[in-house]
Amino acid sequence: MPKAVPKSELDLGWKDIEPGCAVSQPGNAAQYRCGDWRSIRPVWDHTKCVKCGVCFIYCPDAAIHKNEEGYFEADLYYCKGCGICMQECITGCIKMVEETE
Amino acid sequence: MGKRIGIENSIAAADAIKMANVDVVAAYPITPQTHIVEHLAELVADGELDAEFIPVESEHSAMSVCCGSVAVGARTFTCTSAQGLALMNEIVFITASMRLPVVMILANRSLSGPLSIWNDHTDVMSVRDCGWIQVFADNGQELFDHVFFAFRVGEDPNVSLPVMINIDGFIVTHMIEAVEYWDEEQVKKYLPDFKPVNVLHPDQPITMGAFGMPGIFSEAKKNQNEALLASKPHIMKAWEEMARLVGRKYEPVETYKLEGADTAFLTMGSFSETASIAIDKLREQGNPVGQIKLRLWRPFPFDEIREAVKGIKNLIVIDRAISYGGPGGPVASEIRAALYGEKGMPAIANFLCGFAGRDVTPDDFMKMYAKTGELLKGGRTIREEDYILYGVRE
Repeated sequence: MPKAVPKSELDLGWKDIEPGCAVSQPGNAAQYRCGDWRSIRPVWDHTKCVKCGVCFIYCPDAAIHKNEEGYFEADLYYCKGCGICMQECITGCIKMVEETE
Repeated sequence: MGKRIGIENSIAAADAIKMANVDVVAAYPITPQTHIVEHLAELVADGELDAEFIPVESEHSAMSVCCGSVAVGARTFTCTSAQGLALMNEIVFITASMRLPVVMILANRSLSGPLSIWNDHTDVMSVRDCGWIQVFADNGQELFDHVFFAFRVGEDPNVSLPVMINIDGFIVTHMIEAVEYWDEEQVKKYLPDFKPVNVLHPDQPITMGAFGMPGIFSEAKKNQNEALLASKPHIMKAWEEMARLVGRKYEPVETYKLEGADTAFLTMGSFSETASIAIDKLREQGNPVGQIKLRLWRPFPFDEIREAVKGIKNLIVIDRAISYGGPGGPVASEIRAALYGEKGMPAIANFLCGFAGRDVTPDDFMKMYAKTGELLKGGRTIREEDYILYGVRE
């Protein structure tokens, strides 16, 4: 029986947890907010970007997606700021920028 | 009603596990648990029990196999003692947090060192906080009955927790006693088929044993603690139904000759019966002494303990384990916590004895009674650090 998907684990009270902490909905790690672990974030320079998608392929957390214009960007809800996209980017269009907040 | 036969308690326990129609047994041999597991291996090898017997390479693997087999919905049993329990310790805690109703008989034996194979309660006390339902059986009959109880309560979808039956190694495991067997109809009536709450199945994949971040961990622990607390009414119901079925009534806290007593022994495990003999003698001599026996160790029966000690002035708590550098014995420590702040809380004397199989005779209990009288002479109060390692030579 599919249940309402919580936005974050912080929306769950102790009664919401299934017996033995079993996870009955596959892929729900996607609801886990790890973006707030980040100290640096990726920023794309669209003048250099060739939309090749290498950043998308290498992102270990599937936190990068394609936007309507065909450029790639990070979903900052998940992106931990590991910098692998910057390392792998062929044209060097990704810079890691310090989070100021 | 089943037949009453003279049999070694370990063999009777193995027969009960067979009658409970267990699917998987995974265990590693260790004294004094050995006869239970050996007999189960025999029953499987002889074709008398249709179960998987998995001869694992260690206790860590034994409990891991048990988790896996319960996770796919198989009725599962294991059995260990002391060092074996220590080796499976990691998985013992995981079994409870994953709510996997494994049943384990723990043939209580002293944890090394010095190296020992004999009985005390240091092994079970090392897993006091593991989250299992923990009961003590004092003799072969109680052990036999509690095999069915353990599967029934643990596998109850409202409970879904592992259950540990504690019995004193050698003193109970290797004793030949008269045990009244249940008949097949009674077992059938008492113990329904195992219908697991969560089950690993390709048709409906789930994840068991997932990671828990700090943001959810406390909620997970409260959930687990509430589950253990909520098992109590199901435990009570299982004992009540057993009483109707076989005529033996078990309680979380049982009492003996407590009426009119101002002093009571509080015991857990097989020496409860020895203490009863001492109480008979003390009563004959005109001493107002009774006995409180603790059967249910987790979830701890706070209300029953508070009710039982009403009117008791001096409580003599006997422990078969020590908390080094702590408040003496683990049982006394729990009893003090349960009674702290209660109106008319009795003075509590704590004797630690019976380590590694050293005999505790009725005469010893009578001496402990006399010693308690001395301790309390002149209105002196007993403090926590006043525990006594009974019978230790200077």
